[in-house]
Amino acid sequence: MDLNELVRTSGEWLRGSGPESDIVISSRIRLARNLAEYPFISRASQSDRSEIEAVLRDRILQIQESGELEYVNVNELKGIDRQFLVERQLISREHAESEGARGVAIDRREQVSLMINEEDHLRIQVMHSGLDLPNAWEQIDRIDSLIADQVTFAYHPKLGFLTACPTNVGTGLRVSVMLHLPALVITRQIDKVFRSLQKISLAVRGLYGEGSQAMGDFYQISNQITLGKSEIDLVKQVGDIVPVLIDYERRARDFLVRESHENLHDKVSRAYGILRTAQTISSEETMHLLSSVRMGVNLGLIHDLQIPTLNELFIHTQPAHLQKLRGVELDTADRNIERARYLRRHLNKEDGDNSGKN
Amino acid sequence: MKCQQCNKTATFHITELTKGKPQELHLCEDHARQYLTQSDEEPAVAPSLAGVLAHQLAVGQTAEELAKLDQRSCPVCGITFYEFRNQGRLGCPYDYVCFNAELEPLIVNIHGETEHVGKKPAKYPEGTEKRTQLIRMRREMKNAINDENYERASQLRDEIRAIEEVSPKHK
Repeated sequence: MDLNELVRTSGEWLRGSGPESDIVISSRIRLARNLAEYPFISRASQSDRSEIEAVLRDRILQIQESGELEYVNVNELKGIDRQFLVERQLISREHAESEGARGVAIDRREQVSLMINEEDHLRIQVMHSGLDLPNAWEQIDRIDSLIADQVTFAYHPKLGFLTACPTNVGTGLRVSVMLHLPALVITRQIDKVFRSLQKISLAVRGLYGEGSQAMGDFYQISNQITLGKSEIDLVKQVGDIVPVLIDYERRARDFLVRESHENLHDKVSRAYGILRTAQTISSEETMHLLSSVRMGVNLGLIHDLQIPTLNELFIHTQPAHLQKLRGVELDTADRNIERARYLRRHLNKEDGDNSGKN
Repeated sequence: MKCQQCNKTATFHITELTKGKPQELHLCEDHARQYLTQSDEEPAVAPSLAGVLAHQLAVGQTAEELAKLDQRSCPVCGITFYEFRNQGRLGCPYDYVCFNAELEPLIVNIHGETEHVGKKPAKYPEGTEKRTQLIRMRREMKNAINDENYERASQLRDEIRAIEEVSPKHK
């Protein structure tokens, strides 16, 4: 797969379409699976890992379902390309940073990614734009069954699918929905919302999963439990809470529009102004300001910008994307200058010659 | 005005936004502190595996029993319970069987359940323990070759083949 081709697009999860896509960025489901006749990764020798990779790679590429799956040997990738795949959510940070034989199969639309030799032998992931969990489940269920026809997964009649970490045992299923919740952050309600989610055993994570901070007001809601409930029930558990969160966020936005319209309009306009004029800007500040602008567009406070354009800026201003777009490796200071230049070029262009898009 | 939580005088008047609507709270100093610290603390993270495990092991086990347990190892992959405790990752599927007694309370703690009710694989729905034994047999075969015990090695090789042939698609 030519990663340089991917870099110009924004991938599935930031496509900016699908149901409720003003607040719900993406719906993601993953399944953890292991081959029965090999040790888990922590006890696997180099040759075990190579064999696991060869077996899974061979079987995965045979399944018809995903048609144009392409395989990337992550072990041979340069650091910047591994980072690039992390930014696109096609591999996990852990997968990028580990060592030894490992890889990922990705479909052209970037909806499906199959990581080999991550924490488990196989991590199947399906990602859809917007709120689309039932379709994502249907797709991943089909892919899982097709692979299960070809290999023998570690399975226990009582405990279900066996995983390297007991936190994933049973279904091996993790359902996550990524939400953009800027108004709940501004009105300081976000912690309260999260505490109530934890009470019903749902986990909240930042943009890039475990341990990552909530950059740009993006949050991932996912199930904590994987055993004792059916996959459908787990999907439903997360799916049922999302409309509640959407409702909270919309009410908080209404409240801000009603009660502090000037402040809100000012905040959004300033954010837009900085992004259009800054000469050097960090990735963190960019995310923070783009988040305000994104809400501004959704609330009709900014008229000359489209959500897909904005989503593209979120991903294109990330460090690895920026460097790949520029075609050279840059240190942090040069990246900040290049990021500001990139933002000025794309945001100021929208004003003039791109008005046809509105 | 009295505190909403007790009979003391309310000295703190807090306006909270709940569902986008302001809500008035009147609290005494003690209840206000309790309320505010509860609001400001980081969202409690899910109990970590190591934490749950440490807690669970601390209950009802002597240091001696613990040391003994730590040294127990899986006959299939060779991981000791101590190694699992340290890294939070198991070594092979058979660990769920051989450390069953220790893992069960941990699993209950994490999931609140002990039985899978979801999807079953079409192949080997009765479980794959037999195939997991291949991990042990391959390990033993390698050791037998190293020890030049070729008779044992060839016996193991035949047993491995017999299991592998159950699924001809799979090498």
